Amino acid sequence: MNLTKNNRTDKNRKETFFKYLFLFCAFVAVISVFAITFFVFARGLKPFMPWNDSGYSLIDFLSGVEWRPGSDKFGILYMIIGSLLATIGAITIGVPIGLFTAVFIAELAPKKIANIVRPAVELLAGIPSILYGVFGLGMIVKILTKYSPNAQGQSLLATILVLTIMILPTVITMSETAIRAVPSCYRDGSLALGASKIQTVFKVIIPAAKSGIFAGVVLGIGRAIGETMAVMLVSGNPIAGIPTSLWDRVRPLTTNIALEMGYASGTHQDLLFSTGVVLFIFIMIINLALNKLVHNKIK
Amino acid sequence: MVDNNKFYIKDLNLYYDTLRALKDVNLQIKSNKVTAFIGPSGCGKSTLIRCLNRMNDLIEGVKINGLVAIDNTDIYGDIDVITLRTKVGMVFQKPNPFPMSCYDNIAYGPRCQGVKSKTDIDAIVEKSLKQAALWDEVKDRLNKSALGLSGGQQQRLCIARAIAMEPEVILMDEPTSALDPIATAKIEELIENLKKSYTIVIVTHSMQQAARISDNTAFFLSGEIIESDTTSNIFTNPINKKTEDYITGRFG
Repeated sequence: MNLTKNNRTDKNRKETFFKYLFLFCAFVAVISVFAITFFVFARGLKPFMPWNDSGYSLIDFLSGVEWRPGSDKFGILYMIIGSLLATIGAITIGVPIGLFTAVFIAELAPKKIANIVRPAVELLAGIPSILYGVFGLGMIVKILTKYSPNAQGQSLLATILVLTIMILPTVITMSETAIRAVPSCYRDGSLALGASKIQTVFKVIIPAAKSGIFAGVVLGIGRAIGETMAVMLVSGNPIAGIPTSLWDRVRPLTTNIALEMGYASGTHQDLLFSTGVVLFIFIMIINLALNKLVHNKIK
Repeated sequence: MVDNNKFYIKDLNLYYDTLRALKDVNLQIKSNKVTAFIGPSGCGKSTLIRCLNRMNDLIEGVKINGLVAIDNTDIYGDIDVITLRTKVGMVFQKPNPFPMSCYDNIAYGPRCQGVKSKTDIDAIVEKSLKQAALWDEVKDRLNKSALGLSGGQQQRLCIARAIAMEPEVILMDEPTSALDPIATAKIEELIENLKKSYTIVIVTHSMQQAARISDNTAFFLSGEIIESDTTSNIFTNPINKKTEDYITGRFG
């Protein structure tokens, strides 16, 4: 066995090397987020700067309800509303379904059934979003076309339904984890007082798990508002008009960028970045809300 | 069966999968008395007490045979478990108030049974807390979280929560093992007062505690009841050698 100093220095060198390797890896994420933010904001805010001759009015951009690059009309209000309505709709349907699924898996289901449902949910999370879109187009849109007063099935409703399915895994997994983390002494205490299983779930377990469940809801909102590929195939992407019914087509912020970034140039391209800025701000609000929730949980 | 028996247990066997945790247990538990279960860890005392309100039902793989009767009704027969648990309250080893206000903790059980009127619930909360000797300490903070109370206060809150159901029996599974001596003394004093109105069954690791507060004692060893009698007989004049060895501290 060689116990010379030389050997130890070698080990120290290794330690130092790995320390910096880890540090570097950590910085990749941090640098990326700053680079993306800077890039998107720099390009996206450019058209609204007073010194930019070929710019565009911020107010027109945020309050316009038409997107006609050919005639220099770039209004995204109807997209913001479309994105928000689609998200609210997906949350309204998806959260109760997801929460009840989580309760079922964690509290009520016999082991055998839970062991079928849980992997199914995990698989749902892993399906690429384009396949959700294909499914939405081939099934949901097709069915909706039959019932829609409009000529096509692409609609706010189709978007909501696809997003609902897409947020389910997030809501279910987060809620199930939160429910399992509720100490079993609460469960025992409640049942020993003569509460039924369902009373125990609604009055003790869900309230005790609520911060984790909220975190799942917030993540679900983030997923719904940021989803692009699946939504693009089923939303219809009109060039104008605030949606007024579930059958109306919508053009979420994300698909606006994806549809046109490939060929746009000049102010048109900059304004697609501006759309990204608006999207970014929504996501940042959601993340702040999530951080606050997680922070509250620790307290 | 004599009339002053609350529970009548005959030839009770309990299995966790293949492990036989209770072996031919025979015991009568008297009304309005304190019955203590003593014995070393893992001897089946907690298992037996959890048979009395069917909390063992929650554990997967439990099989039970034999008779457990309350007031001459077989509790493993065709009965409503929820009603049973409202009649047989339970206090656990670790204080487990729900993460809600003191008031809501006490109101929880009655509300689950459908009591809605605010005046009724107010009255139940006050009465239960007074019976649990906690009213003076919490009356000004009823709407604050119960988790802010001390361990001893939390345990008395759990007792009050059980009392709020107006049970006939209160089961206590090592209710003071997580508490300091002063809090323990308060709970023991409380048990002394409660036995006038309730039948109390208490599992304890402390032989002094059993001697201080109980009227009857059952000594458990490896899933069997070795001896059960009045507490004074068990402690001063045990019939079985193993009982004597245990209470004189020779093992366990």
